[in-house]
Amino acid sequence: MNLSQPDLHRPVVIVNELGLHARSAAKIAEVAQNAKHKVWIARDTEKVDAASIIDLLTLGCIKGTEIVVCIESPADQPILNQIIDLVEAGFGE
Amino acid sequence: MLPTEAQEFKLTGIGASPGICIGKAYLVDREGVKVVPKYFINPDRTANEINRFKKAVVKAKEDLRQIISRMPEDLQHQTNILETHLLLFDDKMLFGRTIDFIDQDKVNAEWALKTVVGQIKSMFRSMEDAYLKERVSDIIHVSDRIMHYLTGAEAVKISEIDKRVILVARDLSPADTSQIQLERIKGFLTDVGGKTSHTGIIARTLDIPAVLGLVNATALIRNDDILIVDGNNGVVIINPEDHTLVEYEERQERYEAYRARITRESHLQALTADGEVIKVQGNIELPEEVVSVIDNGGDGIGLYRTEFQYMNRSEFPDEFELFDKYRDVVEVMAPNPVTIRTLDINGDKALSYTNNGNEVNPVLGLRAIRYCLQNPEVFRTQLRAILRAAAYGNVRILFPMITGCAELENARQMLNEAAESLAAEGIEHNPDIEVGVMIEVPSAVIMADQLAEKCDFFSIGTNDLIQYSLAIDRSNRNVAYLYDPLNPAIIRMVKHVADVARKKKIRVAMCGEMAGEPIHVPILLGLGITEWSMNPHAIPVVKRMVRGLSSIDARKFVKEIVDLTSAEEINRLARERFRIHINSGLVINQE
Repeated sequence: MNLSQPDLHRPVVIVNELGLHARSAAKIAEVAQNAKHKVWIARDTEKVDAASIIDLLTLGCIKGTEIVVCIESPADQPILNQIIDLVEAGFGE
Repeated sequence: MLPTEAQEFKLTGIGASPGICIGKAYLVDREGVKVVPKYFINPDRTANEINRFKKAVVKAKEDLRQIISRMPEDLQHQTNILETHLLLFDDKMLFGRTIDFIDQDKVNAEWALKTVVGQIKSMFRSMEDAYLKERVSDIIHVSDRIMHYLTGAEAVKISEIDKRVILVARDLSPADTSQIQLERIKGFLTDVGGKTSHTGIIARTLDIPAVLGLVNATALIRNDDILIVDGNNGVVIINPEDHTLVEYEERQERYEAYRARITRESHLQALTADGEVIKVQGNIELPEEVVSVIDNGGDGIGLYRTEFQYMNRSEFPDEFELFDKYRDVVEVMAPNPVTIRTLDINGDKALSYTNNGNEVNPVLGLRAIRYCLQNPEVFRTQLRAILRAAAYGNVRILFPMITGCAELENARQMLNEAAESLAAEGIEHNPDIEVGVMIEVPSAVIMADQLAEKCDFFSIGTNDLIQYSLAIDRSNRNVAYLYDPLNPAIIRMVKHVADVARKKKIRVAMCGEMAGEPIHVPILLGLGITEWSMNPHAIPVVKRMVRGLSSIDARKFVKEIVDLTSAEEINRLARERFRIHINSGLVINQE
């Protein structure tokens, strides 16, 4: 990934055993709340507010689900990276 | 239609726990929270209402923070969950939407919160993954805490019921019942559920009358209605007239006197008129039920169902946790035996954290011993816990759903390995425990002679045996009429198992529902089965019946019935021949 060429959305696969449950969703929401603009998480055709735990939970992402993290402004690139890292690391579980 | 003024009417359901009680109705809605009131707010007061909601959230958060700070360190896992709950309080979907709702619809905060949570719940309901689906409970916990502060001092939850009431609910989950301060509950009524439902078990354990499966009790009964609950006959009378009240007060007195009498006798051995000793034992599901077995004079535990400790949680219990509970039961029951049945999941009880939720027909799927043999880690943990508990009393182990010798050999092999590993680690345990086989699949009946060579006892589970032998789904109403332990095929199968056991000189027990019904008592006696295990509440009645019977007569009777062609004939003949004995056990129910 070339960081000098910012992208506004990136796919990532949920790897932790329990999927996107309350605690993992809370970690994403915590990061997303620091963004300057809105951050979205999309799964298939559904798109939810990454700052809302409950919204994230309603996506029902089990292990192996691919989600797409979307930001609205390049200024939130670090937020996007942080979320991707979190998911890839299985939320440290 | 609802009667417009207090008018006596009657509902009929399933008498899941005997006894009679009279009291006031207390309605609990689906979620276990008292029905939430709805009222409109004057448009210029909405800001106040929103503030009231915000204050409740602040207090609820403060509350939870305190709980977290007082949490001992070994409950770190719990703390993590609660910290997530803290974040949920501010969540846009919950917090933001409730405020919007108050603002737009001009309704009270309680109603707005309830509606928003209802919407969130329906989103979760459509999810496929069982674990994630269950996460809705986190949101319910949080909203319950806010609701508590919104309604102030007023009791909103079943945990806070402050008067002796009769609980009326659609259904009660184990989580609901665990919150109830049970000394405040006089009786239970539910729309769904039957004798074997969780509510039924709890009610019987606590000796509280219950009528379940009333279909529309929550629609027809209103808060504070006067109710009579007759758990003996499965009847509820709403708004009784004076003469009905007097009649039931008398019945209640007679019933209690009768219970007291037979419970006193129950601690004595059950000896037939011709001197045969019958061991009358109790079935339990929760470790706490052991108290009920002792109170009712049980001669041990013939069936300890171990699934409960695996349910309503997100991961498997560890060895120590299991050992700790088993040890409690075993110690309390000693020197009488405790028969621990190994895990029987994925039939009617599925676990959210195992991945077998997608079987089309779980009853015929990867359940019980099949599941355990394919998941040796899970099985080993339980076997080790059982062997460790065996050091503290009289433990027997029982393997469910055995279909033939290979499964029994494999299970025994794993039991031996578990004992060896404990010995190698120097952990206290008792490797010399009796090993039994549940006879609940037709193939096990046919192979009984071979199985008998490899085990110490049989325990016949009639519930599944009937289901598998007669090919009926127990929960399918259309075929429920076929479900009858007196079906001649079932009688013959049970007889075959009992005969084989006698020939092979191993013990045979009966732990199905069949054992607890007075009409079956003479038949079991005649079949030569001398260890029976049943719902603890049935023990006194059954012991009393045994004392009035002679096993010689019972054996003659069984010779007659094996040639009958229908359950109806067997039933009729049993009632004719043993009317007096059955009535002695059922005096009250026959009224």
